[in-house]
Amino acid sequence: MIGLATVMLMCFKGRVAGISGVIGSLMQVRNAPPGHFSWRIAFILGLVLSSAIYGLFAVVPASQIDASYGLIVLAGLLVGFGTRMGSGCTSGHAVCGLSRLSVRSIAATFSFMASGFVTAYIVFHVLGVA
Amino acid sequence: MQTFLVFLSGLVFGIGLIISGMSNPAKVINFLDIAGTWDPSLAFVMLGAIPVAFVGFRFIEKQGQTAFNEPLHLPGTKSVNRSLVVGGFVFGAGWAIAGFCPGPALVAMGAGYGKALLFVVAMIGGMLVHDHVYKRMIKEPQLA
Repeated sequence: MIGLATVMLMCFKGRVAGISGVIGSLMQVRNAPPGHFSWRIAFILGLVLSSAIYGLFAVVPASQIDASYGLIVLAGLLVGFGTRMGSGCTSGHAVCGLSRLSVRSIAATFSFMASGFVTAYIVFHVLGVA
Repeated sequence: MQTFLVFLSGLVFGIGLIISGMSNPAKVINFLDIAGTWDPSLAFVMLGAIPVAFVGFRFIEKQGQTAFNEPLHLPGTKSVNRSLVVGGFVFGAGWAIAGFCPGPALVAMGAGYGKALLFVVAMIGGMLVHDHVYKRMIKEPQLA
C-alpha cells in the first residue's frame, strides 16, 4: 500500500512522495509559486486523517510511545534538522529513491539505517533508557 | 479532482503505515534495536513497497507526464555529498530515539496522541532551524 501510494502521487501530481520534503516545503512561505501549497496540504491531510478514516472500518492499532517528553522533543528536532540537511526521510529516500535506483538515496538510506541501529544500541543498551 | 486524488494518495500512504505497524514507535524501535527483542518485520514493509514503486515509477516515467498531462518533477541532483550523509545520520538518531519518522508521526498525531503532536512541532522546529539558522550560518564567511 505504501508503494501504491507513492505511485499514485507520481501519477496524479508528478511528485515524489517524500513526507519530510512536503512538510519542509510547506514551511517555505516566502515567494511561494502558485499551487505551492494546495497539493501538499491535501497530501498531509490524507496522512493525518488516515487513522480516523481507518477507524471507521476497523480498530486502529495502538501506537505505543515510550520515550519521555524530553526525548520526544530532542528526537523531533533531530529528525526535522536531519531530514532537511539530508534532503529526505524514509519515504523519499528509502521507498521512492531506492525504487528509482538513485545513488543519493541509496547512500542516504545506508546512512540513516546505520545511524538508527547504532543509536538504538547506544540509547537502549549503553545508556540504558528504558 | 486532482487535489482529491492527491489527498487519497496521502490517505492510502497513512493506512499503509498503520497496517504495517510503522505508526507504532514501539515496533519501530524493536526493529532498530537489534540487541533487544529484535523484530525484523518492518524490513519486509520496505522490501514490499519498493517493487511496487519500482514498476509504477518506470511506467509513469515512460509516459513522461502525469495523468493530468503535467510534467513530472523528479529529483535531479546526483551527487552524494557530506550534508546528505551527515543529515541521514542526524535523522537516523532521532528516528531511533522516539521511533517516529515524519510520516508515522503525522498519522499518530491524527490519531490523537499528544506525544506525536509534540514530536511534529519539534520536527518542524528542527526544519526551521536548519533552513533559517544553520543554512545562514554556513553561508557566513569563516572567521579567521
